[in-house]
Amino acid sequence: MTGEKLKAIVEVTDAKVSFGAVKALDGVTLAILPGECLGLVGHNGAGKSTIVSVINGGLTPHQGIISGDGEVLTRYGINAARARGVRCVFQELSLCPNLTVVENTRIMHRHLGGFGWRKRAKEVIERSLAAVFPGHGIASDRSVGELSIAERQMVEIAMAFSDAGVAPRLVILDEPTSSLDASLAEQMLTYVRRFIAAGGSVIFISHILNEILTTASRIVVMKDGRIVADRPAGDWTERGLVEATGSVVKGEAHRGAVRDLAAAPVVVEQGGSGMPFHAKRGELVGLAGLAGHGQTRMLMKLHAAQSSDWLPRRDPAVTFVAGDRRLNGVFELWSILKNLSIGSLGDLASRGMVNAAAEAERSAEWKRRIDIRTQDLANRILSLSGGNQQKVLFARALSTRAPVVLMDDPMRGIDVGTKQEVYEIVRQQAVGGRTFVWYSTEMEEVCLCDRVYVFREGAIVAELAGDAVSEENILAASFRGAAA
Amino acid sequence: MRPAFSADAMRLAIPALSLTVLLAAVFWLQPRAMSYVGLNLLFNLAVPIALATIAQMLIIAVNDLDLSMGTFVSFVACVTATFLRDAPLLGTLILAGAVLVYAVLGVVIHLRDLPSIVVSLGMSFVWGGLAVLLLPAPGGQAPDWARALMTTKPPLAPIAIVASIVIALGAHLLVMRSSLGVLIRGVGGNERSVERAGWSVLAARAAAYGLAGFFAVLAGIALVGLTTSADANIALRYTLLSIAGVILGGGEFIGGRVSPVGAVIGALTLTLAGSFLSFLRISPDWQIGAQGVILIIVLALRLFLNRVEKREKGQ
Repeated sequence: MTGEKLKAIVEVTDAKVSFGAVKALDGVTLAILPGECLGLVGHNGAGKSTIVSVINGGLTPHQGIISGDGEVLTRYGINAARARGVRCVFQELSLCPNLTVVENTRIMHRHLGGFGWRKRAKEVIERSLAAVFPGHGIASDRSVGELSIAERQMVEIAMAFSDAGVAPRLVILDEPTSSLDASLAEQMLTYVRRFIAAGGSVIFISHILNEILTTASRIVVMKDGRIVADRPAGDWTERGLVEATGSVVKGEAHRGAVRDLAAAPVVVEQGGSGMPFHAKRGELVGLAGLAGHGQTRMLMKLHAAQSSDWLPRRDPAVTFVAGDRRLNGVFELWSILKNLSIGSLGDLASRGMVNAAAEAERSAEWKRRIDIRTQDLANRILSLSGGNQQKVLFARALSTRAPVVLMDDPMRGIDVGTKQEVYEIVRQQAVGGRTFVWYSTEMEEVCLCDRVYVFREGAIVAELAGDAVSEENILAASFRGAAA
Repeated sequence: MRPAFSADAMRLAIPALSLTVLLAAVFWLQPRAMSYVGLNLLFNLAVPIALATIAQMLIIAVNDLDLSMGTFVSFVACVTATFLRDAPLLGTLILAGAVLVYAVLGVVIHLRDLPSIVVSLGMSFVWGGLAVLLLPAPGGQAPDWARALMTTKPPLAPIAIVASIVIALGAHLLVMRSSLGVLIRGVGGNERSVERAGWSVLAARAAAYGLAGFFAVLAGIALVGLTTSADANIALRYTLLSIAGVILGGGEFIGGRVSPVGAVIGALTLTLAGSFLSFLRISPDWQIGAQGVILIIVLALRLFLNRVEKREKGQ
């Protein structure tokens, strides 16, 4: 090193952003130097997404200065940010599903136009995909809508690191591994380290603290729109991070004592191409395995088998908690109240009319029970942060009388504190006799279950129960087929 | 595992199949239709419908819907039969202005976040009123060049077929291959992502509307070229025909999934369905209902094939 102080790629000084009465950013100062990986940690609603929007030019702060490479940038916007090599992978997948991978590349790179752009775009994206995810097997002429959710995320990550004229210098990764399984996540993290070693910078946001600790060189903790801690990664521990974000440390998520369910009646059963599936009353059944190996389809099948296509059953047998909130979770135009009560309108109605008082009462009770953070349940559902939206979906399912709850990776992109709260609710409800069938991509959650089915290529390949439920055993079962 | 055919190819397969089946049925009922003149008679009214369908498809590509297509094409037909013949310069200016109005509508709909259905429904009365002002009674005369264009006799294939192929190829190049087409479909697929990449969604929507206006103007001119005179209600059916054509051709109402080649095939199928029913000697009273039945059968077939495809993909 020459000893000369490195100039920040982007520096935000004293940025303030408020949405109505809510202060999303309250005087944040943050500089990203070349060759560093900045880990950004904090609750949902702590201001992480807002600072990201400011850095990528999507949002102009109401107050504050943005500078880059030592000069103050007065007219900073999306195009100015992109011209400086700032790229972003957003938390929700943001490609056009109707376009092919190549066409999406064309949309992302504005200067790729002109005769023969298809060939150039194909080269750009294929080079990047091969660099980040060697052996990816994604054909670039397929439309994004046909890809699995993991493949879409891979394309999106590769898109951010691709170089079509303007080289990426600062890549913002907002929950990039939420849909990737362990091996793909590792490929990506390896690439991130290489990118940083070559002088690029990354802002890395993840709720999986271990990923942050092993990848980031500096970790910034945000809380209520402010930066509350900023230290090199080596000075942090997982516990320290959880404490700094303000969650109460409840220790490792532990499975409840092994319960004797031998006598409990079987409530759902399903045959299939692999081992048969069944779940008993009050049991927490996990569905594990690599992402996209038939777990969601199993949940859909269970749901279809237990509910009628024509008329709703008087006593619902199953209820569903969606993982993809935007696709099959929230009603975006409805209020929080309506989103919550839709699952149990049958119980709240008499003679076909909804009893508004009962609806409000029950919703208020659930708001209290699982602590949905809003002033007024009449607010639009999209006014909530992602984690709180997910809580509403939980409340929708839990407020029905259905004895079986199917969960399709519902904790994707949710902060640690909320997760712990939901685990607790699930555990209580299970003791109360409810059955949960829980598909999760996070090992920690799967390990909470009484019994786990491991999926591979659309079929159940292993069943683990009691003490056999461990990360090691699940991984071994997930990969057993691949080795053979 | 990759499916043997891409989704786009599947999307085209069903409209192409329905057109082939319908054409075979017509030839079987009336073998004399299997000639140069016969084909031209069967399909010449399809040319303006195909152009209007492309126009509607551009609007649908950005997740909007145009309910003023029929009255707008009628208005253009009236302008063509009057001003464009008598005062070509003024006529051209009026039509260019109309295209501009379409682009402005796109801007207004985007800026004010208005539902396109409401705006275009309102505009349909404006266009309808203007058309009546121009031609209170049926009349006017087609410009000679428009007449000549629609009645040329190219070698090998009749003009109706040649024109349909040209329209399909032109629209395909524009919507499926060009950067602008990708951008327009991108707005339909995921507006936010297009915005985040630094594009102006406003400009993309204005371009889509402007192009739609342009194709609708071509539809009106082609229609007058065929009918030789115009009337204020000449193309009212085009609103629903154009929407049906897009959907029949494999397009979807939202999500930017459209197919220009399919849309032209859809327009041809709709035209042919009318002739087919005449050949069956079904009374005109029942024809509209029977056309609806054909539409339902084709769309049901499409849903069925989609389901089969999905099942195969799942396994």
